[in-house]
Amino acid sequence: MHANHARTPFDLGAALKDAGLVAGIVVLLTVALVGARVQDISSGPPVVFRFDDVIAAALLAFVGRFAIALLRGGRPRPVLIAALAFALGLSAILVHGVTSAGPGLTRLLPFASPVINWVIAIAAWILSARAAWLQWHATSTLDAEAREAREARMDRLGAMVQTWARFFGPLLLGVAVVLPFLPGIDRRLLDIAILVVTYIMLGWGLNIVVGLAGLLDLGYVAFYAVGAYSYALLALYFDLGFWTCLPFAGIMAAFAGILLGFPVLRLRGDYLAIVTLGFGEMIRIILLNWYTFTNGPDGLSGIPRPTLFGLPFTANPPEGQASFHSFFGLEYSPLDRIVFLYYVILGLALVTNLFTLRIRKLPVGRAWEALREDEIACRSLGVHPRNTKLTAFAIGAMFGGFGGSFFATRQGFVSPESFTFIESAMILAIVVLGGMGSQIGVVFAAILLIGLPEVFRELNQYRMLAFGLAMVAIMVWRPRGLLAHREPTVRLADHAPGAADAAPEMRT
Amino acid sequence: MSPPQPALLTVEHLTMRFGGLVAIDDVSFEAPRAKITAIIGPNGAGKTTVFNCLTGFYKPTAGRLALRHPQRGECLLERMEGHAIPATAGVARTFQNIRLFPGMSVLENLLIAQHNVLMRASGYTIGALLGLGRYAAAEQRAIKRARYWLDRVGLVDRADWNAGNLPYGDQRRLEIVRAMCIEPVLLCLDEPAAGLNPRESAELNALLSFIRDEHKVTLLLIEHDMSVVMEISDHVVVLDYGRKIADGTPDAIRNDPAVIRAYLGEPEEEARP
Ligand SMILES: Nc1ncnc2c1ncn2[C@@H]1O[C@H](COP(=O)(O)OP(=O)(O)OP(=O)(O)O)[C@@H](O)[C@H]1O
Ligand SMILES: [Mg+2]
Repeated sequence: MHANHARTPFDLGAALKDAGLVAGIVVLLTVALVGARVQDISSGPPVVFRFDDVIAAALLAFVGRFAIALLRGGRPRPVLIAALAFALGLSAILVHGVTSAGPGLTRLLPFASPVINWVIAIAAWILSARAAWLQWHATSTLDAEAREAREARMDRLGAMVQTWARFFGPLLLGVAVVLPFLPGIDRRLLDIAILVVTYIMLGWGLNIVVGLAGLLDLGYVAFYAVGAYSYALLALYFDLGFWTCLPFAGIMAAFAGILLGFPVLRLRGDYLAIVTLGFGEMIRIILLNWYTFTNGPDGLSGIPRPTLFGLPFTANPPEGQASFHSFFGLEYSPLDRIVFLYYVILGLALVTNLFTLRIRKLPVGRAWEALREDEIACRSLGVHPRNTKLTAFAIGAMFGGFGGSFFATRQGFVSPESFTFIESAMILAIVVLGGMGSQIGVVFAAILLIGLPEVFRELNQYRMLAFGLAMVAIMVWRPRGLLAHREPTVRLADHAPGAADAAPEMRT
Repeated sequence: MSPPQPALLTVEHLTMRFGGLVAIDDVSFEAPRAKITAIIGPNGAGKTTVFNCLTGFYKPTAGRLALRHPQRGECLLERMEGHAIPATAGVARTFQNIRLFPGMSVLENLLIAQHNVLMRASGYTIGALLGLGRYAAAEQRAIKRARYWLDRVGLVDRADWNAGNLPYGDQRRLEIVRAMCIEPVLLCLDEPAAGLNPRESAELNALLSFIRDEHKVTLLLIEHDMSVVMEISDHVVVLDYGRKIADGTPDAIRNDPAVIRAYLGEPEEEARP
């Protein structure tokens, strides 16, 4: 960080001049098209000049161009902060404007047209994603001294977290297991818990792709959607139950992952991010428009609820059939179903976690991380980059699919509306915030990003703001995530020295 | 003396063009088995490009790259895919700018190099996930091999460090032993002595001689430091502007007028000190 001065010099003057030039061009281009409006003669002069749009456009062009110059000059941090704050602010105001149509904040918008505002918001999001990416990588290219100091700090904190997580993890798990029976847990809190655990599971799934394999995937929600619709359609067309469909939903999502992966995994970094973003939207739009099959925007309803070994959680089961409460001779309680759902998602999440922990120590898992570190070196060692990435994509997608079918069974209803880009962004935020590759980090980030805002729903309009502030703070202080610390998957110290001097199976 | 064996690697009429630029122009040479062949030449001569062609990072515009693998027979490298060249033809390489996996431990770096062996042993992951046998033993063997090589370069104590935290000289050595962990028949080293101090450089010479003599690996070595080249190479190929200008023993090269001209611009007694 102190190395800022020692790094490549940044030519401020040139950057400002360049930005000014671009702003000038924008003024020239827009002044005739946007600034001057021809209008009905009867109501006043034939041409009115509206320079506020021109000024807004020029300002945005100036700032945007300057930000790009900063990025190119290796100064992602200020761009990250500014772009993220701007993007969040703008998006929040836009969303607010759509939902409440309040005139207050919308005055702050740069343009009158919501479409243009959205385009600018998306541009700001992309800029901040780019800056975050660079910032993240910058930490690995700091000069030796700063890097060592940083490593030392990271390691101390990491070691702390490790020892801490060793008993905190099981403790957390214990709390999670008994949660439904804790005093003061009502239906609302349990619903929130289900939501949080769902996002934890999705975070763990995406962590395989983003955290381990280092593939920036902005369309993860597509696999969630594929899982949800796979289950919904299988259940509705073939009258199958949740547990039968679950593996199929996972397989379908994994298949979708491979389908997406084949053409795009040659792309790197930002390009991959944009294509995956497009894929996510594509899936949503297909679901929206394939009316005969998916029922389009009306969605699919009447999706069967999960059963416990065939026992449904209904008050009045069909004649001659037992339900959960009658089988166990209990009083019927509508809460039973919620508790059961909670355990289903907890189980799914734990499976995801155990799977990830295990696979990290297997050759594929190590190859994923190696690909994240250096793809060219991987190739030179005989690791097949495309196949390895495809497995990461497919497995990540599979867990997304499991999560999706849980979503479908929980809601009993799916529609394309649930699978918008904002969901992908949320899951990605959980992974990035928690620390790429950190399992416990995902848990904390999910609680922070999903749980707290839900609990404090009363403070509705400040939620987005707080969310944005939290993100900015973390990007500034811990650009690699809250709990980014990597423990080696294998230690030589744990393996007794064999006959070290004898060459193993020496070639002649 | 054993009877002369055919060379391990035969490069014939290798040409590599980038648009209008001819980076390598009709270069032919051989790398004798279990010998060190140095490739030298001024900056931009095309040395790294030769490596990139050999290891599948570039598809040569023309030419034939034949490797006679002792177990697998003749492999035509120009027809193989990049990742298959180390895996099936046994060609390993290092990079001019070190390419380790900096965020992973030293030991993990060496295990990635044994990826294909371990992958097969883990039943392509499915077997190992289901707890089917052989994987644990295979991993033990892989770790043993890693320990063996770490021992060679004095890194056993730092096996659990992040590779990126090692000092520069150790990173260079780690990259070499990582390449050795794929059990190559041909090892291509791109300026391994760059940035090393004289003591480290001498250690490197010993390591390379060891690899050649004890493991019978054929080495291709790009090197600027003439003392290294003269001391350990058995055979020298000189490139200049993409063309081969000389080929022979170190002593012959040292006195070759074409080489002296390429290096110094005009005739002199010695090539670069
Ligand atoms: N991918 C590429 N695209 C275009 N030109 C290239 C490419 N790779 C190499 N070249 C060009 O080919 C020529 C030879 O480059 P090469 O890197 O092989 O030189 P070198 O002998 O390794 O030099 P040095 O000693 O500096 O490492 C140079 O002119 C270089 O610019
Ligand atoms: Mg080179």
